[in-house]
Amino acid sequence: MESIYREQILDHYKYPRHKGQLDPADRSFAADNPLCGDRIRIDMRLEDERVIEANFSGDGCAISQAAASMLMELVQGKTLAEVRQISREDVLEMLGIELSAARLKCALLSLKVLKVGAYGLQEWVED
Amino acid sequence: MPALDPQKIRADFPVLQREVRPGVPLVYLDSAATSQKPDAVLSALDSYYRLHNANVHRGIHTLAEEATALYEGARRKVAAFINAASAREVIFTRNASEAINLVAHSWGRARLKVGDRLLLTEMEHHSNLVPWQMLSAERGLEIDIIPITADGLLDLAEADKLLALAPRLLAFTHMSNVLGTINPVAELCRRAHAAGAVVLVDGAQSVPHFAVDVQALGADFYVFSSHKMCGPTGIGVLWGREALLDAMPPFLGGGDMISSVQLREFTPAALPHKFEAGTPAIAEAAGLGAAVDYLQAVGIDSIHAYEAELTEYVLERLSEVPGLTLYGPPAAGRGGVAAFTLKGVHAHDVAQVLDGSGVAVRAGMHCTMPLHARLGVSATARASFYLYNTAAEIDVLVAGLERVNNMFA
Repeated sequence: MESIYREQILDHYKYPRHKGQLDPADRSFAADNPLCGDRIRIDMRLEDERVIEANFSGDGCAISQAAASMLMELVQGKTLAEVRQISREDVLEMLGIELSAARLKCALLSLKVLKVGAYGLQEWVED
Repeated sequence: MPALDPQKIRADFPVLQREVRPGVPLVYLDSAATSQKPDAVLSALDSYYRLHNANVHRGIHTLAEEATALYEGARRKVAAFINAASAREVIFTRNASEAINLVAHSWGRARLKVGDRLLLTEMEHHSNLVPWQMLSAERGLEIDIIPITADGLLDLAEADKLLALAPRLLAFTHMSNVLGTINPVAELCRRAHAAGAVVLVDGAQSVPHFAVDVQALGADFYVFSSHKMCGPTGIGVLWGREALLDAMPPFLGGGDMISSVQLREFTPAALPHKFEAGTPAIAEAAGLGAAVDYLQAVGIDSIHAYEAELTEYVLERLSEVPGLTLYGPPAAGRGGVAAFTLKGVHAHDVAQVLDGSGVAVRAGMHCTMPLHARLGVSATARASFYLYNTAAEIDVLVAGLERVNNMFA
């Protein structure tokens, strides 16, 4: 079971990429996983429907934070159309680990936030 | 009082013999969520269905009489266990949550009106918050909250101020499922009664672990669950003073809760059946009866003394773990529950790595979102203990926490 904390995941957890809020941002969206208290916010700057910069912020377990960090690396420079194509399988493949049903929610939280943003829905959470 | 022999106790619990994975024995530290079950309880469930299965009450045949004797016998055992004045005061529900909902629906709707106040506390489990919030929304009630101190105790000075507002009800937990705090129930009942309030106590975490005498405590309602006290899931208990229960309207309607039915009206049954509509959890009652027998055979005072010793050891060992913050009062005022955070590591990751050592702890908010907000943390890991845990298992927990620290350092 500890294989889920493989080196790359711990590395993204300890040294997250593209972390911190962007201000100003063209799109910002957040969601949380109230049962675990995980919370992810993603800010994006866009140019011609292309992501020129994307950052995440929030707190959570190693899996949710590493998934968010990897996802941010993946979306830099992609068009929104490409972002919409990112699937849960893509995220799980990046993580490269077997996850129980409970931890799947952690892994996919940032994708959920990203999808809401990429489809242009606004899901503002004040804080 | 005989000292408890944990090795002898462990032999009574089949699941404690298993390995989580080959070579990794189970270290079960999640009894505050649900306890494991001894052979005696499993046999009671099994033999009920193999030998006695029939519906209860009014059956003339042998099996119906046996099933009724098991069901009503369990009620008498529970009544004796908590020193109820009568078995009529013991109502079987699905669990402690349903027992609270029963009181909120029946007593609350009959007795409370717009503007009446309810007094709850910051350390309540959601099951002792949400039913009152629902009732409050329906009836236009005001809810006041007794805060906790920095030590994780109820702030009694604040309690007095809020009791001065003359709440109709004070509802609070006997023991916090996160902080482990054991609240001064008798004292709070005395103050609440002086203020004219009815008192409901959530005993889900107390009845399994130490002697509870509902008459001596002085509460009006007391609720608990079978599955946290070595019994099966699916059955819980509402104890209430007979005069209060008698004056309350029924909760759910159906068979068994009536004395007579016409096409357009009915007359409810007498206590306790008035509150038990439909075929009850008969096998589970038999199992709960066996659990009470088991706890009494071991000795509830012996269990409490053993757990107090274990709790002291847990707190001492956890204080050695770098980066660990423990929540709740010192060992003297608490039961066998230790909720903590590790610096830089999310509670889920703590639980996941511990699972690798076979250690079962819970991670999250333990159905206490408001308490976690008060503590300023989004989640905690919680190790909780029962009569079958050992000091050696606590050593496994601490070694596991050291591995977590090394992994995330």
